[in-house]
Amino acid sequence: MATISREEVAHLARLSRLAVTDEEIDMFAGQLDTILQAVARVGEVDVEDVPATSHNVDLVNVLRDDVIDACLDRDLALAGAPDPFSNRFRVPQILAEGE
Amino acid sequence: MLSFDDVVARYEPVIGLETHVELGTQTKMFCGCPTVFGAEPNTQVCPVCLGLPGSLPVTNKAAIEATVRIGLALNCSIASWCRFARKNYFYPDMPKNFQISQYDEPLCSDGYLDVEVDGELFRIGIERVHLEEDTGKSLHVGGATGRIHGATESLVDFNRAGIPLVEIVTKPVPGIGARAPEVAKAYVAELRDVIRTLGVSDVKMEQGSMRCDVNTSLNKLGETWGTRTETKNVNSLRSVERSVRSEMIRQGNILENGGHIIQETRHFHEDTGESTSGRSKETATDYRYFPEPDLVPLAPDATWVKELKAALPELPRVHRARLTAEWGLSALDMQSILNAGAVELIEQTVAQGASPEAARKWWLGELSRHANERGIELGDSGVTPSQVAQLQKLVDEGKLTDKLARQVLEGVLAGEGDPAEVMAARGIEVVSDTGALTVAVDEAIAANPDIAEKIRGGNQAAAGVLIGAVMKTTRGQADAKTVRELVLSRLSN
Ligand SMILES: [Zn+2]
Repeated sequence: MATISREEVAHLARLSRLAVTDEEIDMFAGQLDTILQAVARVGEVDVEDVPATSHNVDLVNVLRDDVIDACLDRDLALAGAPDPFSNRFRVPQILAEGE
Repeated sequence: MLSFDDVVARYEPVIGLETHVELGTQTKMFCGCPTVFGAEPNTQVCPVCLGLPGSLPVTNKAAIEATVRIGLALNCSIASWCRFARKNYFYPDMPKNFQISQYDEPLCSDGYLDVEVDGELFRIGIERVHLEEDTGKSLHVGGATGRIHGATESLVDFNRAGIPLVEIVTKPVPGIGARAPEVAKAYVAELRDVIRTLGVSDVKMEQGSMRCDVNTSLNKLGETWGTRTETKNVNSLRSVERSVRSEMIRQGNILENGGHIIQETRHFHEDTGESTSGRSKETATDYRYFPEPDLVPLAPDATWVKELKAALPELPRVHRARLTAEWGLSALDMQSILNAGAVELIEQTVAQGASPEAARKWWLGELSRHANERGIELGDSGVTPSQVAQLQKLVDEGKLTDKLARQVLEGVLAGEGDPAEVMAARGIEVVSDTGALTVAVDEAIAANPDIAEKIRGGNQAAAGVLIGAVMKTTRGQADAKTVRELVLSRLSN
């Protein structure tokens, strides 16, 4: 049984700023379904007496002092960018027409 | 078209404010990059704030402390245990494609801030104060006027990405009717003063270290609250007031014509004072918040929180009440000082030796006029409290008359130096040499025999003509009171 609808896949694609075709929506819906069903198996485990956690190390308050560290050299910072311009990261148009 | 008055006669507004404050820490929220404003683009970045694979955030202790202090100053409860959350969205201003924020476990919650408008007290509920990281700055190119709409590409500078950002969210504020725009402005001004007093941010709206989003809705009197809009980009105190007012008028007219308000984000435009519809926003579920797995929870120690609370400075309202008493002012006097943004300036001038009355006179008089004419903040006129105190001292010592002092102040405003330097450079001084003045008075009497006769006859009001003549020959550098006394004594029987 499908747990994710085509509409949900299309919505996720929009949130992720991905342009997907109708065929791709079908393909991803199938793939995501398999993943979701695998993850859903975790839900079958009885965790009634297990407190929820967000971290596997039982620590709190790991803090650092407000002291300046070395930064990346700018050329190095921009080295991984495909198309820097004027010392900045250049990105394509953010909003489509009418958005 | 309904006017503002028409709208508040028919509808009741509910407002809410979300204020973002960039903390003035030395380093960013989760890495050791410096936070200097105006640095060359992308020179204050590292693998953590660029979101490079394998990098891990470590929380800045000073940012936690600053946020707890803000929460305490706003009468909030401080969480004994809370976590950061990932807010997922795809937008180039966050290189990680998520922002580390707080969601259902804010560091501080459920407080209030008391705000005064024309002597009336409004208690604004504080829903939450939480901590997050600021985004990078985008430069939109290829479109008109640097706006994102119509831009063909954007250039991103990540210097600001990761700077600690505190978000302060009010509870909805109903029941303030026509006062809504003023209350909104007064709240933001008070919040700014509180945060400045705490010394945790420079809270400069014009530099973006304090930014405001304003929620507004209208409902018919006695009915349930209406649909709200969120106006972003409200970046000055004046704009806070103007944006609430214009949004109330806009919504009132839509409702009056049978229309519906769409829940949306709107963008405020400083130049026109109007807002336009913004991009459709993701909803909270679209952000897919979840606890940040790269950070461990925060558990502020209760004793530490207690210590921070005990060490809070005197907060602005208490401080102002004390000054009002010390300076012997009425609440209304204090309000006008507050409206002019002159509390600190007057306080510093008094600290430099001027009397409160004199300090108030200069800052609310000549200097306010000067600032208004130029459309600048009072504190940016270039005259320091120390210079005002020096000027007043010269007046008190009789070295300057009020009139001459104003000329000297002009020189100080023009950047000619301290009052004493302006006096020397411009050759301004009171003619206090009674010998020279007596000669001038005698000359004036000789030149106006009929006036002199009137004064001898008891008509003291006629002395003005002779005083004027003396002031003219001394080029305004004599003390009018001294001249008057001399004139009367020379012509007394
Ligand atoms: Zn960094």
